[in-house]
Amino acid sequence: MKVIAKRPESLTQQAFHYCPGCTHGIIHRLVAEVIDELGEGGPAVGIAPVGCSVLAYEYFNLDMIQASHGRAPAVATGVKRALPDCIVFTYQGDGDLAAIGLSEIVHAALRGENFTVIFVNNAIYGMTGGQIAPTTLPGQKTTTSPLGRDTVLSGNPIKVCELLATQEGPAYLSRVSVHSPAQVRRARKAIQKAFEVQRKKQGFSLVEILSTCPTNWGLDPLKSLEWLEKEMLPRYPLGEFRTPGGEENGSL
Amino acid sequence: MKTRLMKGNEAVGEAAVSAGCRHYYGYPITPQNEIPEYLSYRMPEVGGVFIQSESEIAAINMVYGTSSTGARVMTSSSSPGISLKAEGISYLAGSELPAVIVNMMRGGPGLGGIQPAQGDYFQAVKGGGHGDYRVIVLAAASVQELYTFTLLAFDLADRYRNPVMLLGDGLLGQMMEEVEIPQDLGDDNPPGKPWAVTGCRGRGRNIINSLYLDPHKLEAHNRKLQEKYKGIMEREQRFQEHHTEDCELLLVAYGTAARVSRGAVDEARALGIKAGLFRPQTLWPFPNRGLKEAARRARALLVVEMSSGQMVEDVNLGVQCRLPVHFYGRMGGIVPSAGEVLEEIKRIEGGLA
Repeated sequence: MKVIAKRPESLTQQAFHYCPGCTHGIIHRLVAEVIDELGEGGPAVGIAPVGCSVLAYEYFNLDMIQASHGRAPAVATGVKRALPDCIVFTYQGDGDLAAIGLSEIVHAALRGENFTVIFVNNAIYGMTGGQIAPTTLPGQKTTTSPLGRDTVLSGNPIKVCELLATQEGPAYLSRVSVHSPAQVRRARKAIQKAFEVQRKKQGFSLVEILSTCPTNWGLDPLKSLEWLEKEMLPRYPLGEFRTPGGEENGSL
Repeated sequence: MKTRLMKGNEAVGEAAVSAGCRHYYGYPITPQNEIPEYLSYRMPEVGGVFIQSESEIAAINMVYGTSSTGARVMTSSSSPGISLKAEGISYLAGSELPAVIVNMMRGGPGLGGIQPAQGDYFQAVKGGGHGDYRVIVLAAASVQELYTFTLLAFDLADRYRNPVMLLGDGLLGQMMEEVEIPQDLGDDNPPGKPWAVTGCRGRGRNIINSLYLDPHKLEAHNRKLQEKYKGIMEREQRFQEHHTEDCELLLVAYGTAARVSRGAVDEARALGIKAGLFRPQTLWPFPNRGLKEAARRARALLVVEMSSGQMVEDVNLGVQCRLPVHFYGRMGGIVPSAGEVLEEIKRIEGGLA
């Protein structure tokens, strides 16, 4: 019998704790599949953040490190400098990467650190119960912006790929989404590309993945996918913002 | 034995290289800048890694990453910078990662000043970061000790899988003295690191973590840490004595304050006063046993610090409050003179007579 689908070797048997309809599970699987494919590409170390994916070390069947809030890129720097031939990646949410850890991600990118960042943007703080995130959309209701995000009061959403693309350090920057099977396939290609950039020692790679949070958005899983497509895509356009070859905004 | 004239901060850098440390991460702050400056060219010479990080927070987390791989790693800073590293030090302790952290203390609180001080005793010895954890604290009083204690710090860190802090101050870091480079650079048989994260191949996976959501598991983890700390308290108390054999007035001081106090003790002896000096070389674990022994004939103690007297409570505990414990200190970056300390000795001696 031909096996057409199986659990990636790089995932453990542990059941995910993620809420129904949350797309972290899809993203975990994609990352694990790509690491499986690297095969001879080398051993891997993953770094878990603080946030919904804090328990990623339970799910990736790899050597794992749990980092303090926002500092995964600094931890990854310390790992990669000691193990330059090891595949190293961080898995971070938007609060972790774009609020408390903005300095670490920017400077890791500026140094062109040769690791891969999986950046999950769901426009909200999930684990702490749905507070405003740096990526929360104008008007979006959260537990700390109950009337909707007022940009005068709490600023504008941050565009991480666009921000990093203004600098010379990064080698690969891409924004993808997982709101449809076609988009999931594109996301997988972007993750493949990012790890390939690292394997070739071309420098810093980051894939921003638009993700859903049905629980804290107050929407059912299907409506969440629709909301992502309708509300997030105009604010966070998909595409490549930097590639080693220089062909930005190339199609995936 | 080779001798070299070295500046305190450079001695720390060179000793780290001698200890096999090949990774240094740090952020500039006075008065410890010679450590990163020295290592910025010394590390590449030995195939090592030097990064001037974007912040002290990033530096301590780079330390966390490199230590996770089993490699020896160091960071250094001065008082305000150590405050920024405090969270990371708690994580290192929680994840049981070895690391060497150097603090060349300056005056505080806040931005304080850049002159030598000892106001970080509480921070170093009692915690600084959150949670029930301990850091081994070595207090050097010379450039020689900055060198040998740096070597020792790496060994202790690996032996106990625990962060070790080397405490100096602006004066020790900036001064030059002769250093005897020891033949013995430390543990011949450093412990293996089967726990290290190296990208698992051919073994079960390793996880570096300090998160335990189940309170029973977290309590068990804490109990294990406390057991380890108990062993460290038992085995690693270090101190040096000067004229304690018959002393009636026992001075207790560490670091630069101990150098000054030693001079004052010698002057007091010349005047016929039976003074002695007990100098803790480990501040945690505090050398209680040695202190009790040194104070057996004493009628009073005098703690001398470049702070408001942060060590006084540990000295009181050390002698179990059976003797009067006096204090003399200067703050703000002022180093007390031997003359000032001698006056204090005479005043206390007068009261005893």
